[in-house]
Amino acid sequence: MSSVVDVASDEIPDGIPLSERGPASVRVVAAFGFWLFLLSDIIIFAALFAAYAVLSGESNGGPTAGDLFDKRHVFIETCCLLASSFTCGMMMIALERREAALTYLLALVTAALGISFLYLEFSEFADMVHRGAGPTRSAFLSSFFTLVGTHGAHVTAGIAWLFLMMAQIGTLGFRPMVIRRMICFSLFWHALDIVWIGVFTVVYLGAHA
Amino acid sequence: MSAQVETPATDRAPGSHRSGGDRLESYALGLVLAVILTAASFAASSSSHVWGPSIPVLLAVLAIAQMGVHLVFFLHISTAPDSTNNILSLAFGVFVVGLVIFGSMIIISNLNHNMMPMDQLMDIHKQR
Repeated sequence: MSSVVDVASDEIPDGIPLSERGPASVRVVAAFGFWLFLLSDIIIFAALFAAYAVLSGESNGGPTAGDLFDKRHVFIETCCLLASSFTCGMMMIALERREAALTYLLALVTAALGISFLYLEFSEFADMVHRGAGPTRSAFLSSFFTLVGTHGAHVTAGIAWLFLMMAQIGTLGFRPMVIRRMICFSLFWHALDIVWIGVFTVVYLGAHA
Repeated sequence: MSAQVETPATDRAPGSHRSGGDRLESYALGLVLAVILTAASFAASSSSHVWGPSIPVLLAVLAIAQMGVHLVFFLHISTAPDSTNNILSLAFGVFVVGLVIFGSMIIISNLNHNMMPMDQLMDIHKQR
């Protein structure tokens, strides 16, 4: 094992004028490009939040936000997602130290927490539909299922991506390409947690306040 | 020449911690702060110790604070010269998000305000 972090190897030494340094390293460009994607993804969520903010009172005589949401349930969901964000960070540290077993273990914990979040969310959705509060009931419920469902779809995609990355570490090893993809994954996973802060504050806590 | 020394050798990628910093410490501190802010949000939402109408504002403040904690301690976004690109694109993203959300809310509430009440609207249709 050579250096722990490969960034040092492709750093350009000081003293060369900015105009002659050439493009930034692939690692920086890839992560920055993914950062721009995440910001545009967050703008999609902003549009859904705007729709929810506008329509949250339009329950059409059906159940309102105050009737439907169980705060304890949401608290457990929030804890799952926050803990998985933390274990994702731990996984990135293990990855930088090239500890394969620890990386797999932490990826498994991250995925398990993500799956338990999805299970809780799905059981909540199923319960709501069962009680006649499905997405077709009112404009409020349509916007609720779109906003929270889009977040859930992102989490599902994230878990699938994480398993794919584990397979790539298994087959390709710790090569720079795989490390770059893992960095993008961790950015994605942390960004989803930031969106969830907005969801639980606006949708679930806002209903009771 | 001094200005040239100030410029960093390379940009820093979002998510990468500045070299030399302890990443584990950053994540642990971020987790502690995030847990405190989350617990405060849930406690505040049903608290009787806070003046009722101020609770939505308190929740908004706590949520924005927690988003900041996540950006700094989990995503390692900083205002250092080597991450100017990251922070500037973030600022633009926040600007667009604010425009979309608050713009929609203002426009729709204005339309709601100007709309004729539903029963009067029905009367007009019946008179035709």
